Amino acid sequence: MNYDERLQQVAVLGAAGKMGSGILLLTAVEMTDLSLKAENKNRTFVLNAIDLSDENLSGIVDYLQVQILKIAEKKVVWLRQMYADRADLVDNSEIIRQYVNDAMRIVRPTTAIETAYRANLVFEAVSENKDLKIKLLRQIDDHNPNKPWFFTNTSSVPIHLIEQGADLKGRVLGFHFYNPPAVQKLVELIVTPETQPEVRQFALDYAKALKKVVVPSYDVAGFIGNGHFMRDALFGIHKALELAATRPLPEAIFTVNKVTQDYLLRPMGIFQLIDYVGVDVVQFIMKVMHPYMKNENLHSPLLDQMMDLGVKGGQMPNGAQKDGFLKYDKGAIVAVFDPQKHEYVSVDVLEKAASAWLGEMVTGWKPWKSVIKLGNKEAFLTDWFNSLKASATNGAALAVEYGKNSDAIGRRLLADGVAFSEADVNTVMLTGFFHAYGPINTYFV
Amino acid sequence: MKRKIYMAAGANTISMGTGRNEFNPRKERPGLEYYIKTAGEAALSQVSGPDAVDEIYVGNFMAGLFNRQGHLGGFAATIHPSFEFKPSMRVEGACSSGGLALISAIRSVLAETAEVAMALGVEVQNTVKAIYGADILASAGWAKKRKNGHAYFFPGQFSDRAGVYYQQYGYDYARKGMGRWYRNAIENARLDPTAQEFHNSVTDPEAAYHQAAPNGKFFVDHLNVLDCSKVSDGASAIFIASEAGLTRLGINKKDAVEVVGFAQLTRNITNDPPNPTEMTTVGRAAAKALENAGITIDQVGTAEIHDCFSIAGLLTMEALGLAAPGKGAAFVSEGHTARNGRFPVNTTGGLIGWGHPTGATGVHQAVTIWQQITGKAGQAQIELPNDRPYGLSINMGGDDVTVVAIVYKPA
Repeated sequence: MNYDERLQQVAVLGAAGKMGSGILLLTAVEMTDLSLKAENKNRTFVLNAIDLSDENLSGIVDYLQVQILKIAEKKVVWLRQMYADRADLVDNSEIIRQYVNDAMRIVRPTTAIETAYRANLVFEAVSENKDLKIKLLRQIDDHNPNKPWFFTNTSSVPIHLIEQGADLKGRVLGFHFYNPPAVQKLVELIVTPETQPEVRQFALDYAKALKKVVVPSYDVAGFIGNGHFMRDALFGIHKALELAATRPLPEAIFTVNKVTQDYLLRPMGIFQLIDYVGVDVVQFIMKVMHPYMKNENLHSPLLDQMMDLGVKGGQMPNGAQKDGFLKYDKGAIVAVFDPQKHEYVSVDVLEKAASAWLGEMVTGWKPWKSVIKLGNKEAFLTDWFNSLKASATNGAALAVEYGKNSDAIGRRLLADGVAFSEADVNTVMLTGFFHAYGPINTYFV
Repeated sequence: MKRKIYMAAGANTISMGTGRNEFNPRKERPGLEYYIKTAGEAALSQVSGPDAVDEIYVGNFMAGLFNRQGHLGGFAATIHPSFEFKPSMRVEGACSSGGLALISAIRSVLAETAEVAMALGVEVQNTVKAIYGADILASAGWAKKRKNGHAYFFPGQFSDRAGVYYQQYGYDYARKGMGRWYRNAIENARLDPTAQEFHNSVTDPEAAYHQAAPNGKFFVDHLNVLDCSKVSDGASAIFIASEAGLTRLGINKKDAVEVVGFAQLTRNITNDPPNPTEMTTVGRAAAKALENAGITIDQVGTAEIHDCFSIAGLLTMEALGLAAPGKGAAFVSEGHTARNGRFPVNTTGGLIGWGHPTGATGVHQAVTIWQQITGKAGQAQIELPNDRPYGLSINMGGDDVTVVAIVYKPA
C-alpha cells in the first residue's frame, strides 16, 4: 500500500474536538489534493470524522467549509492547473468552490465508530485518558481487517502503553500536533521500540506534505513540549506563591506573569499560557505524567483549587480566550483571579504595587513581537539578558532565576532521555511555543 | 475641433485601499454611493451651481459585480437633487470607462447637445478579496481566454509581455527601468494627500522593489506586486464645457484647461496583442490625438500614463515615441520621467502610486492634468516649460484594447 492508498480510507477519532478538528482539516486537505492527481481520478477518498457529539459534528462542517475555503483561496494558482481539464470551471471563484465541494465530499461526519473498521489509517484525538484510548483502538483493530495504522495525538501518555494495551504490535506511533494544528508548524513524533519502519516513514512523508516541522521525542510521558511546559508552569506557580507570602496572591500572579512575558520576551506570560491551554488540561496532563516521574511531584494544589472553583480558562468555540487565572477583554489582560476571595481584581488596582516591587524596567527592552523579527536577534538577546543580569531590580532577578530554571528543565529533558538533542528541545519551544530563543542557552549563566 | 472645449473644476476622493493608514479591510467601509456623492459634490462646490449642468456621464467598469449594482446613471441625483430628470448615463470600456465618460461629455458639447456636462468616474473594488477581484477584472479581456489564463488574469497578461521584454532586452536592464518607475510613482504619490501611497514611508522604494523578485509560485512569473497598480475605491469628477458653458459655470479661463485634441481607438478584443512588447493601440491613439491637436509629443510638458503595470508604463514611453523600441527602460531609469526629469509622468503617482479605481482612473488623469496646468496641484505641482505647455492623458481598457487619448493646454 503506497502513500496515496494509505490515505484513501482514514478515520479521525474525536474529530469535533479542538485538536481533532484541526487534524481533520489538514488531513481532509491533503486527501483532497491527492484526489486531484491524475492517477487518483478514479479513486474514492473517504475521511470518517468520528465524534460522540452530533451537535459538535454539525459545527465541524461549518468550520471545515470556512477553513478549506481560505486554504483554497491561497492556492488558486495551483488549483487552476489541477482543474485545467474541467471546462465548466472558469473563474477562480468556481474553482475554489469546487475544491471546497471536493473536500467536503471526502469528509463523512459520524457518531458511528464502526466506520473506522474500514480505515487504513486512524488518527486518535480523544481526551487524554489512557484507558479510553486503549479501549477504542483495540475495538477498531479487532474489527478492522486492514491491520490499520494508528497515529495518536496524545501529549502525555507513553505510546508503548497504548501499543501494549491495544495489542497493536508496531502499528502505532505518537504524532503530536500542537494547538491549533492548522497553524502550528510543530509535530512531535514518538515511536516505540516495536514501531514498524514503514509506519514511521509514512508519518514523516505525511508531516512533510503538511509542511510540518518534525521533532522526534523519546517515549517518555509528556514528551518534550509538555515536559518543559508543565515544569515551567509549576515553577511559575511556585514563584507566585512564594511572592504571595508578603503580598496578595493576585498581585503575585500578575507580577510573575509580567516577568515571564515581558522580561523573558515570550509571546505570553506563564499564567496566560496556562489559561490558553486550559487549567483543566494542564491539571490533567500533570496527572497523566505524574506516575511516570521519579522523585518529582508534578502536581499543584493551586490548580486543584482553581478547578474546584470552576475557573478553567481554555477557549470558546470561536477561539476567544475564556477567563482563568486572568480575565480578558478582547485578548487583553484586565484582571487577575483571587482564589481566596473568588473574585477578579482589576489590573488597575494591582499594577502600581507590582511595578514598585519589580523596579524600573531595564533599558533596551523590545516586545517579543519585534524580537522574533530581528535580523541580529542573537546580539540583541545577549545584550538584553546581560542587562538583566547587571540590573539590581527584583524584576530582573526573577527573570534571570526563571531563565535559569527553564534552561535546567531543558537540560533535564536531555539527561532523562526524553529528547534526542539540545537542538530538538529548542526547536520544540521555538516552533511549538513561539519562544524567541530556546530554553537551552548561555544567556543566564 | 469645431468648438472650443474646456475642462474645469475637477475633484478626487481619496483612493482608498491597502497603503492608506485609515484602511482596514475588516471594517465596514463607505460604498459606491459615498464615492459618487463625494466626488460629485466636491466638483460642484467649485462652480455656480447644479443648474449650470446639462448632462452627467458616469464612467464605471464593474459595479455590477463588485457592488451588485448596475444602472449608475441613476445615482446622479444623489449628488444634487437638481440633477434629477437630467440626462445621465453610465459608460463602460473596462479600465478606460473614465476616459469614455470624458469623451462622451466632450462629444456632446461638440455636438451642441450640451454646454456643460459632468464626467464622473467611480469604482469600489475592496468589496471582494483580490483573488475574486481578479475574476471580475478578467472580464476586461475576452471571456473565452479566461480558462487558460492566470489566476490573476491581468497581471498574467502583462507578465507575459514583461517576459518577452526581458528576453529581448535583458532582465536586469528592464527591471532597472521598472524599479525606477515604481520609485517615481511612490515619490509622486507622497505629494498628493488623496493618493493611496500618500502614507508610504519606505526610505528607499527602489531598493524595496528590487528585494522582491518575481516568483511564479506565489504570483505571476515576471512581475512582483510592486509592479502592479493597487486595488482601490475612489471617484473623480470634472466638468466639460463650451465657452458659453464655462461662463455659465462661473469659471475663469485661467482656472480651466482647453481640450485641443482627442482620440478613442479600439483593438479587436478576441485577438492577442499583435506584438507583446508594443502598446499598439496606445501608440496609435496618442498619435491621432496629437495630430488632431496639431502638435507633436515634443510639445507635451507632462503626461498621465496608464501604468496598470510598470511594464505598461515603459512600453507606453516607447509607443509615444519618447524612446525607441527596447529603450523605454533606459528612458525611465535615466530619470527622464521623474518629476524633475525632462518629461514628468504621473505627477500624482499614477495608477501604481495614486491608485487605480478602475472606472475612475481616466477622470482622475484629467483632473491631475487640469491641476498641473492651472497651478492647483499643491505639493505635487510641477513647472511646465513655456515651449511645452501641453498635457496628455492616456487611459487604457483591457490589454491595449480600448484607448482614450486627450491633449490639453492652458485655456
